[in-house]
Order: sequence, then C-alpha cells, then structure tokens
Amino acid sequence: MSKLLRVEDVHKSYGTEEVLKGVSFDMEKGETKVVIGPSGTGKSTLLRCINRLTPADRGRVWLGGEEITHTRTNINKIRAQIGFVFQSFNLFSHLTALGNVRIAPMKVKGMGKAEATQLARTELERVGLADKADAYPAELSGGQQQRVSIARALAMFPQLILFDEPTSALDPELIGEVLEVMVALAKEGMTMLVVTHEMGFARAVADEIIFMEHGVIVEHGPPAQLFSHPEHARTGEFLNKISELYGETD
Amino acid sequence: MEFRFEWVSALAQGLPLTLNITLTCIAVGIVFGVLLALGRVYGNRPIRWLISGYIQFFRGTPLLVQLFIVYFGLPNWGITLSRYTSAILALGLNTAAYQAEYFRGAIQAVSGGQMMAARSLGMTMPQAVRHVILPQALRLVLPSWSNEFILMLKYSSIVYTITLYDVMGIGKRIANRNFKFFEVFVIVALFYLALVFIVSMVLRFIERKVRIPGLGSSGEVRGRRQRIFGRGSA
Repeated sequence: MSKLLRVEDVHKSYGTEEVLKGVSFDMEKGETKVVIGPSGTGKSTLLRCINRLTPADRGRVWLGGEEITHTRTNINKIRAQIGFVFQSFNLFSHLTALGNVRIAPMKVKGMGKAEATQLARTELERVGLADKADAYPAELSGGQQQRVSIARALAMFPQLILFDEPTSALDPELIGEVLEVMVALAKEGMTMLVVTHEMGFARAVADEIIFMEHGVIVEHGPPAQLFSHPEHARTGEFLNKISELYGETD
Repeated sequence: MEFRFEWVSALAQGLPLTLNITLTCIAVGIVFGVLLALGRVYGNRPIRWLISGYIQFFRGTPLLVQLFIVYFGLPNWGITLSRYTSAILALGLNTAAYQAEYFRGAIQAVSGGQMMAARSLGMTMPQAVRHVILPQALRLVLPSWSNEFILMLKYSSIVYTITLYDVMGIGKRIANRNFKFFEVFVIVALFYLALVFIVSMVLRFIERKVRIPGLGSSGEVRGRRQRIFGRGSA
C-alpha cells in the first residue's frame, strides 16, 4: 500500500468538547480532496492535526512511510514537506513577497540566497505575481496575499498542500484568482487537501468530497455522486445549502 | 548671574562618560532585555516566574538604591567593583528589566499566525523567533523603546553619587567650588536637553529607515486610509 497520506482514527478535544471523534481517510499521490461541513465541525482542527500544528490526542497520521504523530519523528522535517495555506494568509509582514517565498528554502533547507531568489521568482510567476515581488504584504490585496502564500508553500516542493478555507477571508471579487491558481495546481498533479465551501472548485477538480459533521466523516465520495445521490439526507441538505449560499462559480 | 565659558568646556569633558555609560547600559539592556522577554513569553513556568521576579525587583525599587547596593553593598560580600563597573551593572540590569517589558509586549503583539506560518514551513522555534518574530517585534517596539533610551540618558546622571565625573558629576564639582548652583545646573540641564534632542533625532531617523509598510503605527494609519477608500489591488 503506497498511500501518500494516511489518517487513522484521529481524536482531538478542547477541554471537555471533543472536536474530532475518530477521523480516518487516506490520499493517493496527485489526488485532490475537498473537506466540507458546517462550521465548528473540526475541519480546520483536522488539517492542523495532520502536520501537528495542533497535536492530536489519539490516532495516527502517516506521510508516506513515516508516522507524523510519532513523538520521535522530527516534525520540522515533516512540515517542510507539507505546505499549509491559511485562511488569513499569515504572510510574514516584515518581508516582501519575494522574501516570504524564499525564506523557508534558505533557512529550513539551507539553500543559497541567489538560488532561493531564483526559485522564489519562478514560484511567484507561477501564481501570476512576478511583478509584485518587491511589494510588502500590506501593499497587496487579499487575493494577491493568498497567492503569495501559495507560492511560499510551493517553494518548499511539498508532497502535499493543506488548504484551510483559503478563500473565506476574501472579498468575492478576489476569490476567482486564488481558485484559478489552485485549479491549475490540482491539474498539474499536486496532492491537495482543501477545506472549502467553493463547490465550483470541488466539482472541477476534486477526486473526492469528504463531508464532516460533529467531528466525524458522515460521507465521502466523488463530487458527482455526492451531489446527485448522497447516501445521507444530511449530506444532500448541506450541499444544497452551500450551493445556494456560495453559488456555482464554475 | 554669572556665566563663564570655562564651565561649558569643563562640562563638555563629562560628555564622553555620560555617553559611554548610557550607550553601554542600553546595549547591555537590549541583549538581556530580549533574552528576558523571550524567556518570559516562551519559557516554562519556573523560568517565567524567575524572570518576573527579576523584573518586579528592578522596576519596584529605586535605581539609586540599586546602585548603592552594587557599589557600597557588594564589597561587604567581598565583591568590590570599580565605580564604572558598578554603574554599568546597576543601570544595565535596571534598564534590562524595563526593556524586557517593552520587548515582551511587542513579541506578544506579533500575531500568533506568524509563528504558526513559520512552524508550518518547517522552521524550528528558535528559527521562527529569529527570522519572523523578532524582526517584527523590534520594529514595533522602537517608538516606546526610544523613550527608555532617553530616560536612561537622564538617569545616568545619578552616577555622580558614586563620584563618577559625568556631565552631572563635573557640574556638581564646579557648582560646589563656585557657589553658583543656579547658573551651573542650568547649563548642565541644557547639556542634557541637547543630548536628548540629538538622540531623539537619531532614533527617529532609524525608525524611518527600518519602517515597513503595514508594520507599526505608520502602517495602521495607512491601513485605515486604504479601508476608507476601499480595498483592492490598485
């Protein structure tokens, strides 16, 4: 079995509230999976448990052959291979777009400055922001900031990128430019796990939609199947609601 | 009223020592202050508790008392330090405590998302602090930290009490000899005023030099203006 990512029975509680109640799934290399579900369902917590930004209470996660959740695992080495794109971008405010993209290759991988700069320019071009290399985050629109943060993740040549509601903090007119970049990535074969309510994106590129509620996976399957023949009434209900709310953007 | 130019030139000979003590103490204070602040934010409970005690002590007791403990008190324990070393030690440890509080505030003002983003890229905690948190915190702290610099410049004058001849020490000596307290101390005051003015200018210059859009007070104003005129890529 050569799954790229394996998540097995992950539990997480905050105080007395159990946010994740045993979540399991896996991903093949090159797959894109979209996680949907009502807010407070533990979708973001799930992503953070995968790269241990939040430690899981129970359960295991593997990246390739390595168990991420093992306490002996060098978590920094693992994280360097897993991109993470935040809802609020979290670009480093004191660095330009170029600086943001090249800092991790330099400091984490020990890449030389010239080489890292070259790489950063390539990645910025990939997200359509070559001309904004010298701009600081505060000088960029939300959509541009999120594209820089995707470039920042790409510059580490990740095996997998986790997206935590990447377009939720954006003004409606800026969502398209970010989704465009993500669709292109998915088509290039990047392995992506995306928490989002953008059903247009899900329909276009997701191999599977995972519907979560109350800390468990209620149902999962290819988008077409979930949209037309959901097994659970609740899944159909939720899909209809978000399609209404967010519209079909494709 | 009497004015003699020789007073001014005599006082000017105290300038190197005043500047030396101020700059050395500020430098000691930056190094210790940053370490203390990091310990207080990221350290475990005993470390946080210890640092908090240190800061409480140095902020809760008079600087003059601290200086006297070091210079007059330590010799009772067999530790005799020169007057200069005593001054640096007492003033340096004191300003470190104040600076630590400024730095701590600034470190905590850098959003948690910055640390999370740094860690998500594979940076270790020390790398994240060094490359992401501190460069931002030090810029944020600059305006309030400048205050501490200026206070230190003025507080350094208490070293005259252990007969060091900084500007104040020389002033005291001239005044005593001539019984011209008013005139001499007004000139001393003007010396400090001029120093404070110059230091403020230099600090403001540095502030402008390291300013980054979106970081610190200037950025907030900018952000507000952008919001009024509507956000966008323009």
